Amino acid sequence: MKRAPRTTWLIHLGLAAGAILMLYPLLWMISSSFKPPSLIFRDLGLWPSATTLDNYRYGWTALNIPFSRFFLNSFLISSLSVIGTVISASFTAYAFARLEFRFKRPLFALMLMTLMLPGHVTLIPQYVLFLRLDWINTFYPLWVPSFFGGGAFFIFLNVQFIRSIPRELDEVAEVDGANHFQVYWRIIFPLSLPALITTAVFAFLWSWDDFFSQLLYISDIRLHTVPLALRAFLDSSGESSFGPLFAMSTLSLIPVFVLFVLAQRFLVQGIATSGVKG
Amino acid sequence: MVHWAQRTVRTLRRNGRDGVAPSPRRDHRSRRARLENRVAYIFLAPWLIGMVVFAIGPMLISLYLSFTRYDLFTEPVWTGLDNYTRMFFRDTRWRTSLEVTSAFVFWTVPLRLVFALGVAMVLNRALRGVSLYRAIYYLPSLLGGSVAIAILWRQVFGSQGLLNQVLAPLGLPTTSWIANPDTALSTLIILGVWQFGSPMIIFLAGLKQIPKELYEAANIDGASKLAMFFRITVPLLTPIIFFNLIMQMISSFQSFTPAFIISGGSGGPANSTLFYTLYLYQQAFSSFRMGYASALAWTLVLIIALFTVVNFVASRYWVFYQDEGKK
Repeated sequence: MKRAPRTTWLIHLGLAAGAILMLYPLLWMISSSFKPPSLIFRDLGLWPSATTLDNYRYGWTALNIPFSRFFLNSFLISSLSVIGTVISASFTAYAFARLEFRFKRPLFALMLMTLMLPGHVTLIPQYVLFLRLDWINTFYPLWVPSFFGGGAFFIFLNVQFIRSIPRELDEVAEVDGANHFQVYWRIIFPLSLPALITTAVFAFLWSWDDFFSQLLYISDIRLHTVPLALRAFLDSSGESSFGPLFAMSTLSLIPVFVLFVLAQRFLVQGIATSGVKG
Repeated sequence: MVHWAQRTVRTLRRNGRDGVAPSPRRDHRSRRARLENRVAYIFLAPWLIGMVVFAIGPMLISLYLSFTRYDLFTEPVWTGLDNYTRMFFRDTRWRTSLEVTSAFVFWTVPLRLVFALGVAMVLNRALRGVSLYRAIYYLPSLLGGSVAIAILWRQVFGSQGLLNQVLAPLGLPTTSWIANPDTALSTLIILGVWQFGSPMIIFLAGLKQIPKELYEAANIDGASKLAMFFRITVPLLTPIIFFNLIMQMISSFQSFTPAFIISGGSGGPANSTLFYTLYLYQQAFSSFRMGYASALAWTLVLIIALFTVVNFVASRYWVFYQDEGKK
């Protein structure tokens, strides 16, 4: 069907207007982070009439400990979560997608059910467990669990992907004398790389933004993650210093932006195939 | 691609009976099969341990704790149904938190889905720059749950915030939207709706699966655009609508960070943003009522389960599966 150029033009106009509306708060925050404090509450525009880096300079050291420490903490936790999630989700998915074993169906159903299980129901016993292990105010509660399955979403995503890899490849390798571990390592693991990248990106982002768990387990300021530090900064400064708050908030979103730009294709595919929440 | 969503939904409907294709080798367990069984459990070991230690075990323990009084430092004391009777009959804050959360879910989920489907419909055509638009509309759902965005929201809807700066020159009423009990929840609903990106992507994938021939045939028959939408698009999309509805509902019930940051952890003003999870957090980690918080958690699970079951039952009347007719 050919559309009139006028209609196409109108659609573009509508989409662009919507896109600007969607992004406006975000762009405004970024722009405001470069404005002198007096302008933030007056200047609606995206292009600051006067720019300064003071917000960044002040914000970076506003909490006695520089933000570099919080970024390092967050990166450390997120990276360990990514490693754990990728390895253990891929392992589990291989078994469900390719191997035959007893209780396969009930276990698969169980896995799907945990997909819908609200985390709060395990919250308090988990907290007690980590308390007994003396893990409060350490990073362990934030990354160790990811090494034990990595979450049903990621297992499911990888099961779906591995099922789409032709079985003939496994069989050829088996004829050549490869055992299951070799099949996994030489064929399934490399060929499921797209799903693993999707897993890694989402695992990183969720761990980066996982304010709730961080709030529960970390109170020592030296162990603060970026979201915790932002919250501490907000609490200590209140409404008075939105400039520096915006500056640090903007910085905290940079890893998300970077991953979004680099891995957009994988994110979109991941959502479309597994329906993971964004 | 999205067709798995339909399959999953059906799988769950049948209580997981068909989650995995039946194995041809199941009955004669040769040496090879025994070996495979053992290998499979080696691959599954981390997940199985995780299930027991971080999921099933804690679930059972929290069920037990929900019948006790427990402050974390002394042994739990069995109190029978006390926590539940207190919750249902005497705890007005609990009732408030349930109302606030329900209102949030009731507004956020349908609006989010309407925007998601609407924009997906527009983006589902050959248009230049479509992937850029898709990326822009998707971005907020990737950022929306973060502390940074909650801080931004606090400013935008504050008394001297961005919104008031737009409204004031137009002569429209201004208020501190987040400090006003009548409007605070609305700011959170707007934040929730803003994140319609991920259901939108799922809708887009679903729209791509609808055969073009159906529209061509309808076009020849002289059907209007509106008729095509309601007679072709919506019916064929019902499994995806259903899937999005369930998943969005489950996640909206558990929303925490925005309410926590915007209200400074209090659920205020006047409990107007006291989300269920926020109340649970306060009970557990400010008042150290771990037993009561466990009861709150189990009640939340039961509420979500109830909504989900109701939806599954209702879905028999409005969700249409293409292959059902063929059987």
